[in-house]
Order: sequence, then structure tokens, then C-alpha cells
Amino acid sequence: MTPDETIRAGGGNFPATRWSVVAAARSDDSAERARALDVLFAAYWKPVYKYVRLKFSKSPEEAQDLTQGFFAELLERDLLSGFEPKKSRLRTYIRLCADSFVLNEIKHAGRQKRGGDAVHVALDFSAAEGELRAQAIDPASIPSEERFEQFFEKEWIRSLFLAAVRKFREFCAAGGKVSAFNLFEAYDLADDDPPSYAQLAETHQLSVGHVTNQLAWARREFRRLAKEELRALCSTDDEFARESRSLFGGKA
Amino acid sequence: MDFLSDKAVTRLREAEALPDFSATRYTLREFLARGGMGAVYLAQDQHLNRGVAIKILDLADPDGTLAERLNKEARILARLEHPGIVPVHDTGTLPDGRVFYVMKFVEGSRLDRFLSVMPSLPERLRLFLRICDTVSFAHSRGILHRDLKPANVMVGAFGEVLVMDWGLAKILSTSSTENSPAATAGFGSLPNAVESGEPKTAATRDGTVMGTPGFMSPEQASGKSSEVDERSDIFSLGRLLEFTATLGANRNPGRTHRALQAICDKAAAPEPALRYGKVADLAEDVVRFLDGAPVSAHHENLLERTARFYHRYQAAILLIAMYLLMRTLFVIYSRH
Repeated sequence: MTPDETIRAGGGNFPATRWSVVAAARSDDSAERARALDVLFAAYWKPVYKYVRLKFSKSPEEAQDLTQGFFAELLERDLLSGFEPKKSRLRTYIRLCADSFVLNEIKHAGRQKRGGDAVHVALDFSAAEGELRAQAIDPASIPSEERFEQFFEKEWIRSLFLAAVRKFREFCAAGGKVSAFNLFEAYDLADDDPPSYAQLAETHQLSVGHVTNQLAWARREFRRLAKEELRALCSTDDEFARESRSLFGGKA
Repeated sequence: MDFLSDKAVTRLREAEALPDFSATRYTLREFLARGGMGAVYLAQDQHLNRGVAIKILDLADPDGTLAERLNKEARILARLEHPGIVPVHDTGTLPDGRVFYVMKFVEGSRLDRFLSVMPSLPERLRLFLRICDTVSFAHSRGILHRDLKPANVMVGAFGEVLVMDWGLAKILSTSSTENSPAATAGFGSLPNAVESGEPKTAATRDGTVMGTPGFMSPEQASGKSSEVDERSDIFSLGRLLEFTATLGANRNPGRTHRALQAICDKAAAPEPALRYGKVADLAEDVVRFLDGAPVSAHHENLLERTARFYHRYQAAILLIAMYLLMRTLFVIYSRH
């Protein structure tokens, strides 16, 4: 099923696709494995980078090196094969793997410089660094392990939503729904307090009812796409149901 | 779009949490309120073409405990057919596994907001009596509310007084209710075990505190679930009475009438044995206070009794006094 087919087939209560990054990463098909790793990196590299930067107080250069190294090791040592969905969530497993990797690197500092035969993944670290500066997070304000977990989870959700927003934008562009995306962007994606529906209606020269309907449609479609993203990052339906409920079914 | 701010992420998460009613007969209209474990939405019943309120569990519930509690709340409400309790129409489960129940949509105000524009003390006390009537009815059906507070009382558009949020309600054993009207009214299928109908979880075991500080009885606050009975609700009603009597025009608690304060104090006595035994007894004292009669919670001195007598029969006393004065003036005038 292509991504477009997936989008068109959606609209139900659970994503139509059951494609899972964990299963695909273990596939014998190298193209399938590569696709899985692309999805995995897209969802996790920023959370991992920011987490390493803050938790281990690493410089941007060190954190970049460690993030690259971590994903390279994830590939080389096939760390995903050790993931057991019944025991934990994938995001928890990846965070713990990152912890273990960084601690090991610190312990054996200088043992092996990144590069050389390591797999290089092209990641936009300057953007991640800019985001960290924009967030103005003081590592001292994250004193406990539990808070670092929450930080990682928050960054992971941000990454998940960002991927869904990109897909939603493509979906709207392909379906002639650019105006709906513009309203969604102006209201739901506003950095600060969003404008009122009446202000939106005036700005976009629409009726308030039209704005309400467009936003309702946009949120419904965005929710579907976000759940598809989430589903791809879960290994089983059960894990997906638990993640979905824990992330979206309750108070933050 | 390369970055989402914290506010945008929060907004998207809230949008994600919006219930998906696509597999039901309801369509979402708007968010109404959030309670302890659930959010309430206004929805449209497409079959009957009317607005309904839907309460949906919105906390993470990995072991199903909260889902069972919400279902239990719906079952309890379905059993309590009373004008002071919002009727339940339906229950169900959303495609994402969250449970919900559908109830009548009531437009109105929360008690605290309503009281702030209701200056007359007698009116407020009569409103309180209707809350007592509802709670007394629930007790007669063997059900304790356990979370009575201003936020859980609503005054509807037609003046109806509704006791809401039965999420912490407890079903008593049939031993205390088998001779009650409930049993003879076809309601007598209450399970035998104490707290039957509740999930067998820490949520109901001793040591777990459930309720709202300020309105929760000491036995509830200390987590002694097995000691919670009708008198725990009476404690909350005592605090609610105090709130009702002092909010609004007469905001100064120090100016509350001594007899009324005594009723509040007796209802909210720290020791359950010192409280009213039944809600009806509490209500009776409030009615007596309203009628200017002596209340059981307060022993008057001679001055208070005289003052009360004067207030109760003020018109008659003034008429008689006027008659006597005129009669006296007439006699004096005649002699001259």
C-alpha cells in the first residue's frame, strides 16, 4: 500500500495501514528495512539529540556525534531485534538504548571516533539546536530522571505531530483543500494564542460557520494521519491502542 | 513547517483527545466541561435529533479500573429515577476503547454561580432542601454520593436542582436497604456485598482517599472507606448548607443566624455519631428554621426564644400592639 492509498483508505477509527516500523526493520527485504529505518530516524532523531544534549550536558558537536553514533549502532547491531512490545513501549526502549549507548561511549571515551565505517545519517542538527535555543530549556530545570523521560516523550510527540502535519499539508494540497490547511495552520498550529474563529473568518473572507466546518474537517483528518504515524511506530495493535490512549486519551 | 511550539503541541493533543463518534449515533458539537476522570461534551443524537450530554473517560486507564467506575456511575444513575438526577439514556465504547455514557443535556448554572445572584436566604435554603431531597432519595436506594459540593450541583433553566457527578458513588449492602422502598419498587436487585458494583481495586479499599477537601467527611479524608455511610454525605450537606447560607448577599459567615449555624455544625460534626442520623432529619431542621420554629440542633436561651417568637409572629404581634395602642388612645380620648 502506498502512502497515498493509505491516506485514501483512512477515515476509519484505526489507521487502515498496519505497517509497523519494528516488523519492517526485521524484514529480509532491504528496501523495506531502509524504509523502516527512515521512518524511525524521522520520528526519533530530534528527541534523541535533544535528550542527549540536555541529560548528558553534551556540546552540540558531541551530541551530534553521539546521535549519529547511536543510530548507526541501532543499524549495525540490529538493536530493534531486542525490542519486546509486551515488556515496554518502543519509545521507552529507544530512550533506554540511547542511555546505554551514551553511557558506554562516555565510559570508553575516544575508543572509536564516529565516521569511518560508521553509517552516516544526514540530519539537520542546526535546526534541532535552533529549536532548543527557542525553547530556552535550562537543563538544571530538569532535575530528575522522570523529568527527562517526560522531556523525551514530549519531544517525541512533537516529532510525531510534525510528521503528521507535513503529511496533512501534502494531503490537503493533493485534494484541493489548501484553504482548510491554512485555517488549521493559523489556528491549531499557532505558536501563541490563536485568533478567534471570527477573526479567522474576517482574515480569510469566509463565514464563521465555514471556518468551523473547515477546522472540524481538518482536525478529523489530522487525527487520522497522526494515528497512522503512531501506528507505524508501534509494533502491535495492542501497543498502538495503549499508546494512543496514553498520548491522546488523557490529560497531558 | 519545521517546528511546533509547546502551545501548538498542547492544542493538537487536545484536538486528538476529542472523541471520535463516527461509529455511534452521535455527532460532536462542543466541549462542555472536564471533571475528575471524564470530559463532558455536547453532542447531537442523530436518531432523535436532539442535544445530549456525553461523559467520556479521558484519563489513561491501562487496567480498565476507571472505565469500570464510569460504567458503574452510569448504572447507578440509571437506577436513580428522580427529578433531581439527570437521566442516563445510553452507554457505549468509542472505537479507541474509551467508555462513555449519554445523559440528558441540561442547560443551567452551577450552584456557586447561581447562588451569587440569589440574595434571599429563604430561597437559598429552599434550594438546599431540594438537594437534600435528592440525596435522601439516593440513600433510600442504598446509594451514597460521596462527593457533594457546589460544583456538583446544577440549577437548570426551569429551576430544577440537579445533583451531578456520581462518579464516586458507593452502593451500600442490601442489609440496610432490603426493607426500603427501593426493594419494593422493583429496584431490589442491589448486590449483596458491601460496595458491590464497584471495581475491586484500591479505589475503594481502605486507605484510598476519594472526595473533595472542604466538603469531604473526616472518615473519607482519612481513607476509611468502610466507615463511610449516609452520615458522610450528611457531613458534606452540612458544609454545603453553610456555603449556601453564606454565599450571595449575606457573605459574612459571622452573620449567619446562630440556629442555622448550629444546624451546619451538627451536620458537619467531625464525629459521625454527633451528626444527623438521616438527611430527612437535617432537612426537617432547615424547614423548622425557615418556619421560625425551634431547631433540634440548637438550645435557645430566653432572649433568643423571645426574638424568634417575635420574628415568627411579627405581623400578629404588631397588629395586636397597634390595636391595643389605638384602644388605649380611644379610652383616653373618651375620658377627656
